[in-house]
Amino acid sequence: MPRDRLLVLAALLALAALAFMTLGAKGSWSFLLPFRGLRLAALALVGAAVGVATVLFQTVTGNRILTPSIMGFDALYVLLQTALVFLLGGLGYAMLDARPKFLAETGLMMLASASLLGLLLGRGRHDLHRMLLVGVIFGTLFRSLAAFLQRLMDPNAFAVLQGASFASFGSVETDLLALAALLAGAGGAATWRLRHALDVVALGRAPAIGLGVGYDAIGRFTLLIVALLVSVSTALVGPVAFFGLIVASLAHLVVRSPHHAHLLPAAALIGATILVAGQTLFERVLGLQSTLSVVIEFAGGLLFLALLLRARPT
Amino acid sequence: MSRAAVAAAGLAGLALLSLTIGVGDFDAFDLTSDRASQRLLWVSRLPRTLAVLLTGASMATAGVIMQVIARNRFVEPTTAGTGQGAALGLLAVTLFAPATPLFLRMAAASLAALASTAVFLVIVRRLPPTQPLLVPLVGLVYGGVLGAAETFIAYQADLLQYLAVWLNGEFSGVLAGRYELLWVSGAVAALAYLVADRFTIASLGRDASLGLGLNYRRIVGLGLAMVAIITALVVVTVGMIPFVGLVVPNLVSRVMGDNLRRTLPWVALTGAGLVLVCDILGRLIRYPYEIPVGTVFGVVGSVLFLYLLLHEPRRAA
Amino acid sequence: MIEIDRVSHGFGRSPVLRDVSLRIPKGGITALIGPNGAGKSTLLSLMARLIPLQAGRIAFDGLDVSRTPSNELALKLAVLRQDTAIATRLTVRDLVTFGRYPRSGGRPGPEDHAAVGRALAEFDLGSLAGRFLDELSGGQRQRAFVAMTFAQAADYLLLDEPLNSLDLTYARALMHRLRSLADDHGRTVVVVLHDINYAAAWADRIVALREGAVVAEGTPAEVIRPDHLRSIYGVRISVIRHGDAPLALHHLADPG
Repeated sequence: MPRDRLLVLAALLALAALAFMTLGAKGSWSFLLPFRGLRLAALALVGAAVGVATVLFQTVTGNRILTPSIMGFDALYVLLQTALVFLLGGLGYAMLDARPKFLAETGLMMLASASLLGLLLGRGRHDLHRMLLVGVIFGTLFRSLAAFLQRLMDPNAFAVLQGASFASFGSVETDLLALAALLAGAGGAATWRLRHALDVVALGRAPAIGLGVGYDAIGRFTLLIVALLVSVSTALVGPVAFFGLIVASLAHLVVRSPHHAHLLPAAALIGATILVAGQTLFERVLGLQSTLSVVIEFAGGLLFLALLLRARPT
Repeated sequence: MSRAAVAAAGLAGLALLSLTIGVGDFDAFDLTSDRASQRLLWVSRLPRTLAVLLTGASMATAGVIMQVIARNRFVEPTTAGTGQGAALGLLAVTLFAPATPLFLRMAAASLAALASTAVFLVIVRRLPPTQPLLVPLVGLVYGGVLGAAETFIAYQADLLQYLAVWLNGEFSGVLAGRYELLWVSGAVAALAYLVADRFTIASLGRDASLGLGLNYRRIVGLGLAMVAIITALVVVTVGMIPFVGLVVPNLVSRVMGDNLRRTLPWVALTGAGLVLVCDILGRLIRYPYEIPVGTVFGVVGSVLFLYLLLHEPRRAA
Repeated sequence: MIEIDRVSHGFGRSPVLRDVSLRIPKGGITALIGPNGAGKSTLLSLMARLIPLQAGRIAFDGLDVSRTPSNELALKLAVLRQDTAIATRLTVRDLVTFGRYPRSGGRPGPEDHAAVGRALAEFDLGSLAGRFLDELSGGQRQRAFVAMTFAQAADYLLLDEPLNSLDLTYARALMHRLRSLADDHGRTVVVVLHDINYAAAWADRIVALREGAVVAEGTPAEVIRPDHLRSIYGVRISVIRHGDAPLALHHLADPG
């Protein structure tokens, strides 16, 4: 039963969290607890945000291969951030308060990704592969543009940018944690209210409208939430490549239910568990810093290939 | 005057422009008397310009060959794992036998590129022919997976800097004595012209080739070897430049079609010209600093590719 | 009754429907026929609010499709498009349960489960209820989708070329089920059909379109006549009678 499986997933997450907090703990707990606790919370938040965002994105786009990162959303966020530093200058950017800046970036991101998706989905809705390829190339374009802008900056501005945007699983941006949690929580709550309607949206446009669900409006709203969640995760740990794909595939595999009331919590739990357990494994057990993302990219890439090769042409 | 002559004159003009750009004091009008300028020209400016031209021409040619043997318009060596394969070979040699002479390193890189491209072709053969855009997607992810494996190994072995050099094309380090291998890749590209007709026939597919009495497997094998050698040489000497092999053949094909006997010289010429323009831009935009040509071409190339994808020419149904 | 008043529609600059007005009475099966590009599917999509109206008005029992909330319309009319490929892996029972969504809001109660059970039984899907859609044959999948619209329990059922990709056995079985929906359950069925003889044999009324306009409407006997067929399809087709129904011999060579 899906409910039992969710409980098992929650137990796994609790176990991973315990291991993350206690393994190799040296020194006083009064220091360790807040330090590790903050990172734990950030990792769990990112994992949950990416998982939920990917499931939502796949529901709205009607397939199991697309993810926001594959379509260049993460790269778009990094580009926006780079462009802001470029326009405001290193000093100007650094003087801004982190929180309103994050809010502004998230707002911009929602605008930009909405127009990007409008372009992608409007043109190639029926042609999945074209849409995918265009998304991937847009991602390359955003990354190249960001690299280009970085080359144009003076070294001080570049240093500011590095501090701001080159977060990773190993060095999480914890300053923004509270605000990010608030935003992600709001997005999560909004999605939770839509969970039943999303079940119907997954059936496709004509059946959904036939069943009286405002497919187009819900689709647009959901994509804005996806943009919000991607902003949150990218701001905290940087781009995540194929991570979302792994989480969404696992979520579908584990709950085996078409209902978002099960899928969404499962994706959130699985995402959080993978990040917390993975980081514990790589950092505490294997003693490897910041290679989790590479391993995820490797495994996710293989999964993506498998999905692409298995998908029957329709 | 023929189109070819105009194009050649344009390329020559660009090349002359390229010779005059740089930080060192250089006086083109005093070449006969100024020793320092002469030295600069022979040691740095001329090798760099030649390296750019050879790289652009041979990568564009490798792209065409790749598209023929994969029978797909949207693949090229750097987006189908060839470049990553070459880098993986180099990584292995650097790791296990750091003292290996250059020639053997080259051979290792070429072999690894050959193997990774062959694997890609095997995957591609299994894809349904009705889904042409699936092929480049699979190639991009395949390259990404190889890249992730490389990053992991390089990170553990503290070789990330080497990897960065191989994967990001840049000409600022080119000096006399450090780029001559590129002449070999240029020569391979020229060889491709000799068998251009066979490649054109191979692009029609196995059955059509056999029907015309061509040994299809042999021509695919030959193409594979050429692509691997060109890519490996470029990766070793200047690093990967994405999209050259992709956008140049497609642009040429839009205008002149796909008869390689006629179009291959244009592909080489356009590739050389486009990379040279990007290199000149990279040197001028933030003078006296340089922006690597790979970054500039990443922007230019992805915009061009998007254009090609979104504006496919309408064919009669 | 379905009222269609002065509906015109175009994609880009090419008009698809020109000033169509039509009354479709409640009950029975109404077939929309016509050559490719006549605007049948567009008209059906407009009726089902799958595409927004550009000009004119369409109402089901007085409910205006462009003013009535979508979920309210879902209680009045159900729609089935020919494209039944979905990415989600659903069981047949899951799919049919979605037919209750307009009533249950995603939380099906005992009444809904009972309705799903009836729909599964009605369409012989009991033994397939636990199977995934992608494990079914095309005909079985089609049946599951019809069962979903049945469970929706709407008065009107709109189907767009449901016989496409079905072989003769399944096509007959489906028409049989539509007949039973109309006769035994009092539903009104509007169906776009390609084959005029299916329309002649199974429908109570036929509406013929050509180049975006209604060129003939009435009972099969009134519409399936050589002179009408000529104005609809632009070719000469002889018609014979077989039992009560007319039979168009469109597959024969031109009688000259």
